[in-house]
Amino acid sequence: MEAATKQKVSSALFRPSTLKKKLRVGESAIEMTLFVLGILTIFITVSIVIVLGDQALLFFNDPDVTLREFLTSTKWTPSIGDFGIWALVSATLTTSLIAILVAVPLGLSAAIYLSEYASPRARSLLKPVLEILAGVPTVVYGYFALLFVTPILQSIFGDKIGVYNMLSAGLVMGIMILPLISSMSEDALSAVPRVLREGAYAMGATPFETSTQIVLPAALSGIGAAVIVGIARAVGETMIVAIAAGSGPNFSFNPLAAAETMTGHIARISGGDLPYGTIDYNSLFAIALMLFLITLVLNLVSQWIVTKFREQYE
Amino acid sequence: MAKYTYPEEQDLQKFVAARYRKAWVWQIIFLASLLIAIISLSALLLNVIDGAFGYVAYDYKTDPATVSAKPLDELSQQELIALLQSKLSKGAYNKLNNETPMEKRSQADLLGLVYERIIQIDTQQTYSLSNSLLHKAEIEAEVREKYPEARLEFRNWLSSHFLTSPMSSKAEFAGVRTAALGSLWLVGIAIALALPVGVGAAIYLQEYSRKNFINRLIQTNINNLAGVPSIVYGMLGLAIFVRAWEAFTSGSIFGITDSNGRTIMSAGLTMGILVLPVVIINAQEAIKAVPDSIRQAAFGVGATKWQTVWSHVLPNALPGILTGSILAMSRAVGETAPLIIVGASTFISLDPNGPFSKFTALPIQIYQWTARAQPEFHNIAAAAIIALLALLLTLNTTAILLRNRFQRRF
Repeated sequence: MEAATKQKVSSALFRPSTLKKKLRVGESAIEMTLFVLGILTIFITVSIVIVLGDQALLFFNDPDVTLREFLTSTKWTPSIGDFGIWALVSATLTTSLIAILVAVPLGLSAAIYLSEYASPRARSLLKPVLEILAGVPTVVYGYFALLFVTPILQSIFGDKIGVYNMLSAGLVMGIMILPLISSMSEDALSAVPRVLREGAYAMGATPFETSTQIVLPAALSGIGAAVIVGIARAVGETMIVAIAAGSGPNFSFNPLAAAETMTGHIARISGGDLPYGTIDYNSLFAIALMLFLITLVLNLVSQWIVTKFREQYE
Repeated sequence: MAKYTYPEEQDLQKFVAARYRKAWVWQIIFLASLLIAIISLSALLLNVIDGAFGYVAYDYKTDPATVSAKPLDELSQQELIALLQSKLSKGAYNKLNNETPMEKRSQADLLGLVYERIIQIDTQQTYSLSNSLLHKAEIEAEVREKYPEARLEFRNWLSSHFLTSPMSSKAEFAGVRTAALGSLWLVGIAIALALPVGVGAAIYLQEYSRKNFINRLIQTNINNLAGVPSIVYGMLGLAIFVRAWEAFTSGSIFGITDSNGRTIMSAGLTMGILVLPVVIINAQEAIKAVPDSIRQAAFGVGATKWQTVWSHVLPNALPGILTGSILAMSRAVGETAPLIIVGASTFISLDPNGPFSKFTALPIQIYQWTARAQPEFHNIAAAAIIALLALLLTLNTTAILLRNRFQRRF
């Protein structure tokens, strides 16, 4: 009798039907919907690749175009069937290099100052300025390059430099990506634990030795990622180069010359009412595909650096 | 035990002093880099302000005295209409009359038309604000010598006329009204697309997703999408929204036949996709900041997953999500390149009247005007930049205020 009751009680305890996981249709539907929204972002990437690839394929199928010529030739004159991407890549490389040469030393120094030297009060005043700089639309930087920096350069170089030149565009692009590099680097520097700095100071290191020999190496992965993201941003930047660097492909690495970058070329050609399906139209997609692949690789490398080389201190 | 020799006292002091000197020099260098950034920002802003005000030397193609016996601003509405009718060709008059009937136009509006169409201001030279203030005498002398006919006048290019007038082919009469309305439409459509999709995706990634391959892929992909150049989104918009979905984006399935796919709708959808990663990443951060104890308390009283998310996680994450979406909006307001690709019209004088009309936007106007050779267009570009920056500043201030007002620390 007693055993039977016990059995009854225990079965009631261990199989409580009210606590079983119910199938809730509404809940599953919501989870499904949210999953679809998440997947949608992958769909965007896939459609970028398909759309650009599809049109680029039409471009490469044209009898006038060979992939070899596209990747090796230095002439881009669509009217006579010359499609050599290097005429545009050279300008992209030149402007991006100038931008990086400006932005990395300045951005990194600013980040070191903000994270290692500035008092909390100074930081709370200075950081917003960099954030404002990061929020200015690029077309405004284009105006600045053409109507402020170029006249200054013209007064320095005289006749050697024209109204449109890569130097001005590159310099201003450097100012544009400076806040990006400095804020990412500062995050990396601030993530280095205090004990490392205090250890260095206890050994008698100066603030400069501490920040460059202890903190900087520890934050190197984050800084490397920042530099690569900066390069990707410079390569993909359109408005500054469209306004200030010149219009017309020109295979040249001379910063004083006018030349058109990949992005600037796309912006100029598609600015008019370009008829669909012409070879000019399709060639833009081939350039955009190159651009997408370059920035994709750069972004992936940057993320890989962060996860692979991050120093863990916890 | 080997005897360790220290440097002589003086050498040691010199060595330490040298190291500290070096540290001090570098500190100055680091600070200087930061100052360069700040100086650049100031130079940029000053340069824009410098361009938006200043002296103009202009003359009239037709002398106002020959047009009417009375001074022009004393003429009544009727007299102005009569003047326009007599001096303009019939076609031009009828076209203006069709846009807005003459009788319904205000006196100021008619006066503007008289100046624009009959008297025709011809700007000879413009001067920047700094020049106007510092070299007033030189400017006056130069104008007297070079343009003896011209009048010199201090002009504020960012006038209320500039903010409320539609486009015009003459810089003196152009305004940003159509462009500003176009920008607002664009941002509205973009955020209407990006906010629900972005927040949904963020909820999925933070609350529902398990650690598996697909979800890691989604996360990596979102980070990558945030780094894709905006011009690539423009190409995507051109191929999909403008061309493939032309029936929808031109509005022809809704019975609108007068436009092609290059409409506000196409541009807004493109912008929506462009800012989607920004919305998702910010929403994820906001949701991540809601502590687990809140979720556990909700589960503890028997809430389902969705009830927990909807009634407890989202309300707490809302300020962060809103801040993120405002930042996304300010990104959308400033983007130019995708709009050029998708096909913003360069010259439009009619206000956009719906999502399926042709459009122009503030940054597009700035680009167009900056690219013109005539100096007066650079002046209105500067004025438009100030308008754009003011809009962005308002958006960002709202974001910061929202964050400070509603942010909860757990």
